[in-house]
Amino acid sequence: MTDISSSSFVRQDLLAERPAPIKTTGFIGLVRTRLFNSPTNILLTIVGALLLWFTVIPSVRFLIVDAVWSGQDRTACLAENAGFAVGACWPYIQAKLPQLIYGFYPEAERWRVDLTMLLAVVLLLPLLVPRLPAKGLNAGLFFVAFPVVAFFLLHGGGIKGFGLSWTAGLLQLFDESIIGAGQALLSLSKTSAIAPLLWVVGSLIVLVGTAISWLIFPLTWLRDYVQVMGQPVWADFGITAAIVSLIAFFLAGGIRTGGRALASSIAIFIAIAIVIKLMGLDRGGLPIVTTNLWGGLLVTLVVSVTGIVTSLPIGIALALGRRSTIPLIRIFSIAFIEFWRGVPLITVLFFATYMLPLFLPGNFTVDGLVRALIGIALFTGAYQAENVRGGLAAIPRGQGEAAAALGLSWWKTTSLIVLPQALRHVIPNLVNSFISLFKDTSLVSIVALFDLLGSLRASFSDPKWSTPSTAFTGFAFAGIIYFIFCFGMSRYSLFVERRLNAHRRS
Amino acid sequence: MSEPIVKISGLNKWYGEFHVLRDIDLAVAKGERIVICGPSGSGKSTLIRCINALEEFQEGEIVVDGIELGPNLKHVDAVRREVGMVFQSFNLFPHLTVLDNCTLAPIWVRNIPKKDAEATAMKFLERVKIPHQANKFPGQMSGGQQQRVAIARALTMNPKVMLFDEPTSALDPEMVKEVLDTMVDLAEEGMTMLVVTHEMGFAREVANRVVFMDAGQIIEANTPREFFAAPRHARTKLFLSQILR
Ligand SMILES: Nc1ncnc2c1ncn2[C@@H]1O[C@H](COP(=O)(O)OP(=O)(O)OP(=O)(O)O)[C@@H](O)[C@H]1O
Ligand SMILES: [Mg+2]
Repeated sequence: MTDISSSSFVRQDLLAERPAPIKTTGFIGLVRTRLFNSPTNILLTIVGALLLWFTVIPSVRFLIVDAVWSGQDRTACLAENAGFAVGACWPYIQAKLPQLIYGFYPEAERWRVDLTMLLAVVLLLPLLVPRLPAKGLNAGLFFVAFPVVAFFLLHGGGIKGFGLSWTAGLLQLFDESIIGAGQALLSLSKTSAIAPLLWVVGSLIVLVGTAISWLIFPLTWLRDYVQVMGQPVWADFGITAAIVSLIAFFLAGGIRTGGRALASSIAIFIAIAIVIKLMGLDRGGLPIVTTNLWGGLLVTLVVSVTGIVTSLPIGIALALGRRSTIPLIRIFSIAFIEFWRGVPLITVLFFATYMLPLFLPGNFTVDGLVRALIGIALFTGAYQAENVRGGLAAIPRGQGEAAAALGLSWWKTTSLIVLPQALRHVIPNLVNSFISLFKDTSLVSIVALFDLLGSLRASFSDPKWSTPSTAFTGFAFAGIIYFIFCFGMSRYSLFVERRLNAHRRS
Repeated sequence: MSEPIVKISGLNKWYGEFHVLRDIDLAVAKGERIVICGPSGSGKSTLIRCINALEEFQEGEIVVDGIELGPNLKHVDAVRREVGMVFQSFNLFPHLTVLDNCTLAPIWVRNIPKKDAEATAMKFLERVKIPHQANKFPGQMSGGQQQRVAIARALTMNPKVMLFDEPTSALDPEMVKEVLDTMVDLAEEGMTMLVVTHEMGFAREVANRVVFMDAGQIIEANTPREFFAAPRHARTKLFLSQILR
């Protein structure tokens, strides 16, 4: 059988399985094959072990071993009272926790913050688990209904009218500004060299404005009529609900196919009515807590969640605009993106907080928190635009052509074919921006908003808790909180990425 | 024959300074199968892409089933609903399953209820002989299977005309046959087809007419038998001698 010249071979007995002579699995195997298998790796292993030794051990000592866990004030955290070199002073965090979460939000009203956060969690968690049903309804509740409810919960206050009053008010404002512009031209025409031209244009604009005011007269009249009634909010609500439901009914195809649209419209309005009634919005709502009292984790979460939720649509719109074939849109998008990317966030916040009020007309004020929110949303939006553009560039031209050949419009091609693919390509980049946004929210503390970090620093000045380790404890705590959120986002994005890109593994 | 279903007259197109299509006249009767061949860069793709308005053109007129498509591309949507297209690189939507690829356009363009669209899609997937893979993603299939899905996807829109732009030239030789067989079946059912291909066997067997293009113009058009047996233009003779060795 071992004869070299014979080329045929038949096995007589099968060989039994036996373990490898050198262990390649388990802990020993790992040590042998990965950690100590070459001089370089031995060196790296030693350096790594030393690094761990010098970082992990002191951290654990500071946070746990040498920490003080209970006490009433600073004396508990002083070395002479504790009897050892004190690490973290946890009673300080315990005492300051309400301030770190709520800022100066009045104590009696803090349940509103708790309720809002609870609502957010209850709506967000099912949205994040792919297996759960009714994603559309869930998303609608979280992205549309929740922000409104959260506003009235956190800020308080009620409503004086509903859809009808708002529409009428908006149209009236619009019309008044048109007439105003026309009159400005007319008064200019008295002194200008091109007077006749200005006069003609001005009169035309005033004419148009007057025509519009006659057009919207039924609406404003109805509004005024409703406002003097006993229950203006409910009367307005009823009219709005009726009009909107009817429009939905007819747009969806009238008697033949409109039943569903009508039913869902009515259901939505009933839900809105329940919310209005529950929160007493028609009777002034909850007591108002102005945003300068908000603080701590509340502000951090409000700013970052609003920033995350609004920056993505802004980014998508800008990225699409940048690829548009219409020059005006393209130039606007490019200018917008480059402007916001070229300016530091701190500048944006300063500008929004201290300079913007100077430019706005006198009686027009925007809340400080809202100004910061807008600044952050636009800033992050510009970054997201570039991320999304990277994804769009990765989509082959054939995809759009195939969709066009099937008769899909530009909007449908973009929303069904191009964006779903483009966004999947760039999930890591998008989440990267989200995480950096979450941490950048701490910058709002320089424009007199007390986010988590701001509240923390404010609490340092409390003499009751001033000890050598107070600041270290506080920053360690804030670091842990930030890390939990950012790490959570990072892990979740990995999960989503793996799930959505299942089709790429063939 | 009655009114042609596709009528191209005086078509001229430029890419910047470059005159890609020159005075193209072509009428396609209902049920006719036309094979377009010619050397690389002669404008074959450009021509059939003009028919469903994937490319714009500067002069001339294209009429598809009575719908007029002038240089300013009016009625684009109406024309695209009549015309199906199959690409060299399949262009399936990779993020959607095979079934979703086939139901997307019926649902979103024709507003057909999802259930009906799926039933129709399955019917066409059966016709191209891949009903069992309906829930796979395109990336999990062979090139030949993908191209057959692409054909099924175009058919779900009930087109009156099918355009094929080198449907087999990105495929391994053993997969070419399965795609060509599908196209032969389609031809036997009476579909009007314009096929850009270098598969001369297919042209001989299936085409009513072979159109030879070079330098943006139609050089010669004839029945396959005449075309292959007795090419008349010198350019055609040279081309045939190169590809039929
Ligand atoms: N977008 C474009 N811009 C400028 N020139 C183009 C463009 N697309 C195609 N061309 C040119 O137009 C000519 C015709 O192209 P077309 O793709 O129609 O050729 P074809 O006959 O299909 O060739 P092939 O057999 O290689 O597919 C080529 O010379 C090509 O370089
Ligand atoms: Mg081509």
